[in-house]
Amino acid sequence: MELVGFIQSGRKIFMTTSKNRYSYLTLKKISLLFYPFFLVFLPKLTFAAGSGMHSPIEQFVVKTLIEIKDPIFGYDISFTNASLFMVLASIVPLLILIVGVRTADMIPGKIQSISEMIFEFVENLLIENTGNSGRPYFSFIFTLFLLVLFGNLLGMLPYSYTFTSQIIITFFMAIIIFISVTVIGIFRHGFGFLSLFLPSGTPLVLQPLLFVIEFISYCIRPISLSVRLFANMLAGHTLLKVFGGLAVMLIGSGSIFLVPVAILPIAAIIGMTALEVLVAVLQAYVFTVLTCIYLNDALNLHH
Amino acid sequence: METEAAKLIAAGLAVAPLLGAAVGLGVLFSGIVNSMARNPSMSGELRAIAFLYFALVEATGLFGLVVAFLILFAF
Repeated sequence: MELVGFIQSGRKIFMTTSKNRYSYLTLKKISLLFYPFFLVFLPKLTFAAGSGMHSPIEQFVVKTLIEIKDPIFGYDISFTNASLFMVLASIVPLLILIVGVRTADMIPGKIQSISEMIFEFVENLLIENTGNSGRPYFSFIFTLFLLVLFGNLLGMLPYSYTFTSQIIITFFMAIIIFISVTVIGIFRHGFGFLSLFLPSGTPLVLQPLLFVIEFISYCIRPISLSVRLFANMLAGHTLLKVFGGLAVMLIGSGSIFLVPVAILPIAAIIGMTALEVLVAVLQAYVFTVLTCIYLNDALNLHH
Repeated sequence: METEAAKLIAAGLAVAPLLGAAVGLGVLFSGIVNSMARNPSMSGELRAIAFLYFALVEATGLFGLVVAFLILFAF
């Protein structure tokens, strides 16, 4: 009871500090969204207190749901919880878009507005960064954005799995982007594509050095792109679980002085969940923007 | 026992890059606030830029954090 009151008072402070009326309303809606999280999360805390401590990175374990063996080479291609959430992250945005455009009215409803907003957002992003020459690649960028966004957001639900916290998945996405962008650049410009590694107007003495530096920074792109997304997701989710474990330890201690202190880590979890939702959207945005920037480098040399 | 201690010390040292990320975020947001104060009509665009670079800067510190997690839990 004490805890619920604390959460509510925290919400009031959170809301009254925002002076803008528009953001007040959106914050109210967002904070309402968090309530189910805690209803599901709190029983888990008290249950875990009895059963002992879990490792904070236990949530990233890939579990096999349906075992499948590749008949020719004998590879393990089982359907895992990561694959399940990848399927979900592809189906959920698809359903939203289908429901959104099924009744295409002049005055859009809620779902239609959301799907139109996402579509226009990604379109503006692509056109701003690459100009009209990037238009043929819109479907790829849009799919990529939706997959990463919904992968991150679905991972924020309790008991779910964040597939973007696996380095192999993000690295595979990044390497596909890297290879296709390079191929696009070579097909468009031929050997002229190499001038990407030489910024215009460099003195002749510096040119070999700069070429090497630019080439290395180009080759490191898939690594930085994938590790950025993976590190953000891994760090955020581990941090949530570490604080959750702290609360469990304090509650499980049974000491009359330590149990009330458990409110502090739970309050920290509330704040960090909000930050994690922001980071989830932001990282999807950054992933897409960087893909657009790389695409622009290959499409329009020397801008 | 010594390996355990070494692991903990190494994990503590590995989060040192977070300091750099913190300084970087401070520089970034001070610049954004400065330019918003100079030209308030640009604040909408500046906020979008701030968020993009916030994510880029924050990621560099998180690389260190991931190394710390790997030392603690993966080995």
